[in-house]
Amino acid sequence: MGEGTVAPARVAPVRPRRVRPPAATATVTLTVNGRPVEATVEVRKTLADFLREDLGLTGTHLGCEHGVCGACTVLLDGAPVRSCLLFAVQAAGHTVTTVEALSTGETLHPLQEAFRRHHGLQCGFCTPGILMSAYALLRDHPHPTDAQVLETLGGHLCRCTGYQGIVDAVLAAAGTAAAGTVGAEPPTG
Amino acid sequence: MKPPPFRYAAPRSVAEALALLAEYGPEAKVLAGGQSLVPLLNMRLVRPEVIVDINPIGRLAYIRRRGDRLLVGALTRQRDVEASALVARAVPLLAEAIRLVGHPQIRNRGTVGGSIAHADPAAELPAVLAALDGEVVVVGPAGTRVIGWEHFFTGYLTTAVGPDELVTEVRFPLPPPRSGSAFLEVARRHGDFALVGVAALVQREDGRIAAARLAFTGVGPGPLRAPEAEAFLAGREPTPEVLAEAGRLAAAPLEPPDDIHATSTYRKEVAAVLVRRALAAAWDRAAARRRAGRRPRDADG
Repeated sequence: MGEGTVAPARVAPVRPRRVRPPAATATVTLTVNGRPVEATVEVRKTLADFLREDLGLTGTHLGCEHGVCGACTVLLDGAPVRSCLLFAVQAAGHTVTTVEALSTGETLHPLQEAFRRHHGLQCGFCTPGILMSAYALLRDHPHPTDAQVLETLGGHLCRCTGYQGIVDAVLAAAGTAAAGTVGAEPPTG
Repeated sequence: MKPPPFRYAAPRSVAEALALLAEYGPEAKVLAGGQSLVPLLNMRLVRPEVIVDINPIGRLAYIRRRGDRLLVGALTRQRDVEASALVARAVPLLAEAIRLVGHPQIRNRGTVGGSIAHADPAAELPAVLAALDGEVVVVGPAGTRVIGWEHFFTGYLTTAVGPDELVTEVRFPLPPPRSGSAFLEVARRHGDFALVGVAALVQREDGRIAAARLAFTGVGPGPLRAPEAEAFLAGREPTPEVLAEAGRLAAAPLEPPDDIHATSTYRKEVAAVLVRRALAAAWDRAAARRRAGRRPRDADG
């Protein structure tokens, strides 16, 4: 077997600029739930651990810590992602939204209210991640199809409810005026 | 803390990334979307000394058509491929397969280059690349290499990319005229890695198959083509018997792995069935595409 085709060099060998050498810690600034945050972190600290341990935002839960269960899902620049598969240092300069941003004081977000009403949770461990994914779905698709709801929930494991209550809750929240808005999240483009 | 200690660098250009890889090569790991690497770190199955995070290199994220190829920058998120009208129009096989990669929350971060470079034996995108006879662009200290898929995937989780090189682009050739494609897989749950996946591309010539290509995932160390079945199909009418025979021919040489999810025998059986179904779907779509092709061409087509 050969080594593949060698094409003419498109990128000439470059005498590199000085690159900042790899470091074990970093100082990061980011926006979390609308507030600017600056911290020095170990670079191996996941965003999930940073949120929970450094910022005290323990609403984000950690289940499997390898991207399967979805409990740690948060919004990065508005898009649902696994916070266990992202290092805090990678969130520098970005906007993170967690489940704490949903409710306003004692007032539940319409999605949370729908979960309560439709038995969308039992033990509640998986709920924060599901809420963030469902929130992003309803923001982008105020009237999602059943298939869109199922695809979104497919990225989350729930061992209590059997999912039907969650599906009902998301569909019930869909179309309520405020389901796709969060007070603390700055408007995105 | 779950991941082992490492040092982290975030280059802002390909040149900076190459400088870091030149210095730390074998001890370094490139971090793109992180949806495969970070689980390995969290389980401490890999312990690189240095992580080179290429996410700041924004110019590696693009989807464009050049001639008869779709060029996808290595850092292009899978979710952006899924949402791309250009991808859907130019390479429907890629558009279909990308939806089977993980979940939306994974595809928001996961990248095309990362999926190709990680070379998981059950991943979808390597099979798509194999079915289309695609190429991977790799940049290193000596310049740029364009590597055909069959030389790129060298074994289980291994590729031809050197420790001082970076994958920068994945090139998907556009399917030939009068062709249709299908990507089918069987997985335990939607979003899981496939037990078996099949990419099929069929070119029609009147009532016959002019040419067919088949690529598997999940049944070998990397993506596998099915040359015997492809040769058998050329020039034949796609009768149920012919498609079933193609499935048998394609599955016969396979030696799929045995694991807790499925036995080797089961995977072989599923492979034959999926080939039959994928060929039938690809044939039907080739017909539909041909009818669509008679309409005036759209401006950006």
